[in-house]
Order: sequence, then C-alpha cells, then structure tokens
Amino acid sequence: MQTLIDHKVGYDDYELHLINTKKFKTNTIALKFSRPIEREDITKRALIPFVLQKGSAKYPTERDLRLELDELYGAKFSITSAKKGENHIITFTLDLANEKFIEGEDELLHKGISFLHEIANNPKLDGDKFDPNIVEKEKDTLENKIKSIIDEKMQYANMRLIDEMCKDEKFGIRSHGYLEDFDDIDAQSLYDSYQKMITEDQLDIYIVGDLEEEHAKSILESKFQINRNPNVSIRRVEPNEPSEEKDITEAQKIQQGKLHLGYRTGITYQDEQYPALQVFNGIFGGFPHSKLFLNVREKHSLAYYAASRFESHKGLLFVFSGIAPEKYNQAKDIIMEQHEAIKKGEVSDDELEQTKKTIIHSLKETIDRPRGIINWYYQQVIGGKEMTNQEMVEAIQSVTKEQVIAVSKLVQLDTVYFLTAEDGGADNE
Amino acid sequence: MNELKIPRINESIYHDRLENGLDVFLYPKDELEKTFAIFSTKYGSIDQKFIPLNEQEMVTVPDGIAHFLEHKMFEKEDGDVFQHFSERGASANAFTSFTQTAYLFSSTSDVKENVETLLDFVQDPYFTEESVEKEKGIIEQEIRMYDDKADWRLFFGTLGAMFEKHPVHIDIAGTVESINKITHEDLYTCYETFYHPSNMQLFIIGNFDLNEIETLVRDNQNNKSFEDQKEIERDYGNEPVQVHKQQEVIKMPISTPKCMVAIKEKPEALQQDVLLENDLVRDIVLDLYFSKSGRYFEELYQEGLTIDTLRLEFVLEESFGFTAVGANTMEPEKFSKRVKEMFLQIKDEQIDEKEFDRAKKKKYGELIREFNDIEGTANNFMQYNQMGLDFRNIFETLENLTLDRFKDNLSKWVSEEQIAICMVVPEGE
Repeated sequence: MQTLIDHKVGYDDYELHLINTKKFKTNTIALKFSRPIEREDITKRALIPFVLQKGSAKYPTERDLRLELDELYGAKFSITSAKKGENHIITFTLDLANEKFIEGEDELLHKGISFLHEIANNPKLDGDKFDPNIVEKEKDTLENKIKSIIDEKMQYANMRLIDEMCKDEKFGIRSHGYLEDFDDIDAQSLYDSYQKMITEDQLDIYIVGDLEEEHAKSILESKFQINRNPNVSIRRVEPNEPSEEKDITEAQKIQQGKLHLGYRTGITYQDEQYPALQVFNGIFGGFPHSKLFLNVREKHSLAYYAASRFESHKGLLFVFSGIAPEKYNQAKDIIMEQHEAIKKGEVSDDELEQTKKTIIHSLKETIDRPRGIINWYYQQVIGGKEMTNQEMVEAIQSVTKEQVIAVSKLVQLDTVYFLTAEDGGADNE
Repeated sequence: MNELKIPRINESIYHDRLENGLDVFLYPKDELEKTFAIFSTKYGSIDQKFIPLNEQEMVTVPDGIAHFLEHKMFEKEDGDVFQHFSERGASANAFTSFTQTAYLFSSTSDVKENVETLLDFVQDPYFTEESVEKEKGIIEQEIRMYDDKADWRLFFGTLGAMFEKHPVHIDIAGTVESINKITHEDLYTCYETFYHPSNMQLFIIGNFDLNEIETLVRDNQNNKSFEDQKEIERDYGNEPVQVHKQQEVIKMPISTPKCMVAIKEKPEALQQDVLLENDLVRDIVLDLYFSKSGRYFEELYQEGLTIDTLRLEFVLEESFGFTAVGANTMEPEKFSKRVKEMFLQIKDEQIDEKEFDRAKKKKYGELIREFNDIEGTANNFMQYNQMGLDFRNIFETLENLTLDRFKDNLSKWVSEEQIAICMVVPEGE
C-alpha cells in the first residue's frame, strides 16, 4: 500500500492540506467550515448552502453560476452541511478535470480556486444583507426537504431514533434544521449567520490530485484571501452513559417496518479501543458476512437488510433493519442474541480475520476516491488524532478477540425505535 | 491480447475474445489500491420470452426471474459464495438491470483468487427446490421495500405509460405474485440459455498484473467445456411508436407530489450506427435545457414548478429507449404541461455556437472526470460492448458533433404521440 501524505501548511486563519497522488484524472478542492453545533443557529446554517449556490456578485443567478462551471469543463460543485459528532460542518467541494488532459488549457486550477473564492466570499447581496427573494425561495426549498424526509422511511426512522435517543444532547440537534425557526429567519439574520461562519469558523482547505505542491500553494495564497478571525474550535465531548432502555413505536401507512436500535459504545476516535470497536462493528453488523446479516436475513429470512454502523465522535452505534411488521419481536430477539453471542466470546478466528481484512479493504477503497481521502483525513481533524493509512491498517491488524469481547461489553442498548404499519402488516394493496 | 489505446487520457485497455466466445477486457491501473472485476451476461429483466437452448418453441417465464436467478447464483451446495470473497476481505455484489445481469467484486488483495472465484461461481449453478422457496421471502421483502419508494414507483409508472408490449415496463424484481411461480427448473432453463460464455463479458480494472490475470482467465476457461451456441432468439413484443397511455396517476401516502415526463424513442434512433451520437445528443440536450445551467430549469424554478434539482434520465438500448425529466413538485399538473411544451419546442430553440461549444466542453470534462470512477468506467465499456459499440469512440463522436448535426438530430426526435406523463400524488387528493 502506498502511504498517503497530508502535507499541512498552517496559516493564521486556516489550515491547508495538500495531498499529492497520481490516482486521479481530477483535482478536488474542499473548504470545510466547522463550529460546535447549537440549537439557536442550526436552521440558519442549514440554509446557508442553499442560498450561496443561488448566485454571487459576479454570477448573479444560479444559471450564471452553473454556466461558469460548464466553462470550467463541467466542474462538479456542491455545498453541503452535516453533523460530525457535536459539530456542524459546511463543506464546499469542487472537482475539476486535471488540465493535463485538456489540450490548450493550463489555468483550470487557477480558475477553479477563483471560483470557490467568489462563491464563498462574495455572495449576492442586497445592500448589506442577502437578496431577500433568494432567501425566501430557499426557505421554501429547505422546508420541502424537511417535509419530505417522512417519505424516505429509512432516513426518517434514523432521524426519529436519534431524536429520541439524544433528546438532551447537542448530538440530538437535527442538522437540517427545524420548521419552527423559519419565521425568524430573514435576509439580514441569515447574512449575520453567514458572516459568522465565513470569518469565525474553523477552516480547513484540502487540495487532492496530481499536483505540483508549491504551484498549488501559491495559487491558493494569491487567489484565496478572506478576512478571517477564527474564534471557535472543534467540540469534543465525553460519551454519555446509556439511559434505561427506551422503546418507541410509531405507525404509518407502509408495507415494510423499520426496526432501528441505538446503542452507546463509550468509545470515540481518539480512544485506544477505537480499532477494536471497528472490528466489533464488523463482526456484529457492518458487512454482508456479519452476524446480523447472516442471522436476521439469511438464516431466518426476516429482512431484506440488517446492518450496523458506528458513529466515531460521540460513541454511538446503530442497527438498522427492514422487516415485515409482524416480525418485530422475533427480529429484535435475534438482533440482541447476536450481540450476546459476541459478549460470550462466540467469535471464530475466521470471523475475526475476515472482518479485519474487510475493514482494511474498505479503508483502501476509501482512499482510492478524492472525496474519500478528504473525509478520511478530516475525520482526524474532528477526532483529534493523526495517523497515516499505514498506521490505521496496523492498528486494525493488531486487534485481538479479547479486545473485541471487551468492547462488546461496553456497547449497551439505549433506544429501540420501530416504524410499523398502521394496519399491523396486512397486505393493503 | 489487443491493446486498445485511449489517447485522450494516455491509458490502454487490453481485449481478447476467447475460443468459447467470452469477451475479456483488462484495464491495469497500477496507482490504485483497488481492483474491480465484473462478469456480466446480456440477460436482463426484459428477456422473459425466448427460445431455450436446444429447443424450438418460444417460452414465457415469470416476471422477475433474471433478478431471482441473480440472487440464487450466490448459493452453492457448500454454502454462500459471498463468504469466499469476504474471507479475503473483498466485497462481492451483483445487479440485474433491464438488459444485463452482472456479478462483481472489488478487492485490494488476492486478486487472482477472487477472479477465479468470480468465474467459477457464475459458471456453476446450483438450484434446488428448497433453496428457491427460501429465497422467495427475501425477495418479497425487497419488492415491498421498493413498493414504499415513491421515486421507484414514479419511474416504473412512467415506463408503464410509455410501453405497452415491451417488457421494460415490468418491474425488474417482478411482483410478489410472479416470483411465487418461479421453480428451480425455470432457473435452469434461463441459466443454460443466457449464461453461455458467448453471451457474456468479463472486465477487470485496477491494480493487477496483466500477464498473470490474462493467463489465469484463459486457463480457467480452457478447463471448462461449453457446447457451441447460436444467437439466442428473444421476443420483446411488437411495440408501437406512440406511447401506451398519455398519463398515469399513482396514489401513495406521501407528502410531496412527484411528476415525470418522458419521451419514448423511435426505433430508428436506436440503430447501432447512430446510437453513440444519439446518446451524446440526449445527454447534451438534458444539460443545455434541464440541468442547473439550463434555460428551462431556470424557468421551471422561477415558476415555482420544481422544488430542487430535476431528475434527468436517458436510456438508449437496442430494443427500447427514452429520455425523462422528473421533479418533486407541488403542482404536478402544471409541471407536466410545461415540460411537455418544452419537449415539443426544443427543436425550434435558437442556440448559438458559443452555447453549443460550452456544452461540449462540459461534456468533455465530464468524460475525463468519469475515468476516476473505475466501476463506472467498467460499466460504460461493458454496456456499449454489449451493443457492439466501442466506448472509446465517444471522444471522437463528441469532437465531430457540430451544431448543424446536433440541430438536425433534434429535428427528428420528438412528436407529441411519443410523450408520456406519470404523477405520484398523495392519497385522498
């Protein structure tokens, strides 16, 4: 395996990460703005990406903005927001074809960075606030998005599980915001929130591709200048103790029930036990060879999917399954039995080895994609621990069965959420 | 093997057709960690009426059988094939589309063993009455999961409105009723007819040793015997040019209505010699008019007829084709009316050289960018090869596409009888 290097350059107001690799036909640039998540500004922060993509001073309409991207040989651009642990991250990403493969073009990286600077730093304004027409229209867009979550049953069930499980924690704040906040958001208040983001958030900039590092660095220094005065940093929290088990059931007109379980692991990215948690999750439900898939789906034909995922910064683990509504008890029992089996040490050497290989495989697969590389490194910024891909592989390889069993005993069920059919599962078509 | 150069990106693919008829493509990319291999047969959900191997009469098999067969290929007398891949940390998967069934893996070690397993499991069917019965429960859950997905229902609703006879209007997984009719004898009939090497192709891309893998594939195939097979006769029905129904309305428990408007292709647009160009023209038209930089998108957005991005689809196959524009919209009636008008007026729109060149530039950059994605690259080459086309020619076809040719192409594209509409609306409205 080739060792990737995140070549960091620290500036007063941001950190630049240059990652040089010949893997890609593109250069990818990402700006990541982060601040601790708070209930009072979450809806505004969720709305900012929508508004910024609708135009800037130089490209006053969305269409003008998108036409410029077409000029940049169909560059792919997005602004997204997400929750990582108890932080809210706004990410600008631009994928550009590498100019090496385009005859007569040698300024594409230049133009791309200027574009990002324009969109981030020169939004379309009306006096000293955002354009109110855009803000109102994008409030509608976000409102619709929030309202349609209920149509995506898996996503809805995840959201509801976290609502219930993390009610009194910052992690329970919905990263896409709340409808009840909409009345208080206008072009001025949203612009203030944007100002805070652009000047005060922690900023990390990534450039990944077949680069000449000095060249890339000098372009960035000359083209990307924002007056910043960052005053927040990543919030890292102690994981919560599990509460008494909560069972929540909700009914809707659906065919397939969603049984989602939330656990507390007590383990976060910095912890020594983190590699063992990764292996535990792999044995439990992370992969098609895992106990959940083999038992819930293959052995008992109860579900089309049954899997687990862990969260790295808050110490959580989730189990997801889609089941026939009347199979609730049976499915829940089988899921809990798989956890018990690991606690009792029912983990074969083959299972352990196979899981480690699969985790290493997915890491390698991740770093074969530009966005994968960026997210993998950014995880380290959020998690507060640095390591190379090589070190990560070694850490996984050295996990023992005893360490996995020890982790399995820390993992405790907190909340069971079940989305079921209103008529209890009879065929309603 | 023959070296197929891709001059625009300085890379090469190696190709050979083996004695048994199998098309083999090897595309080494040393700088990556991963290898992706896909073994596919030209057999999809639309192939439900055909003359079985060594028989004289057409038979019709139950809907959803190609997909059912795909599921059952993984099960062998000694257990599940997934295991062999995951023991080596590789991930295996499969999919069934309208026109192909494909088995694939990605791995970052043990490439030789994985390729051997891939070839062997697909070429060694094992179906029993018992295992077929057991699978029905799992596939039933899969079908029900899709039944709850409004976007999926919209898509198949649109296909159902467009196509009367052609089996593309039938859901890939079939229905709960149709899959319950499937027997293990049916599976063998389909397998023996469609899984002959002369109806299949193998594509391997990523980090592997060219000579080693070439020898392995050749030896593996030489050790198996296949009787010669002539061209398979398939019947897709006699599909009229006009759409089956102008409008289809589906009621579901959703909050935001959805609408899709589609153009059914004329058979002459699907001829081999024009297919690549038509593919590009459809792609560019959707970009020019309905992407975020498109003028119609801007109109629809300003008129409040779409909530966010439009869903753009185009599929051109030998026996069917369509182009579709869909949206989440609060006003599905108005949306469908406007998009229909737009489809009919495209051929009369003024478009200048500058706009057209920008659209070509965008497409060119996207093609370069797509080569980052090794799965997508493999799929592109295979999908076109299956239709007797060489995907590399897309660069040349794009460069040779002039504005006059483009306009001429559009003038022959759409008439009103080729347009169908589908809406998914909340229940009770």
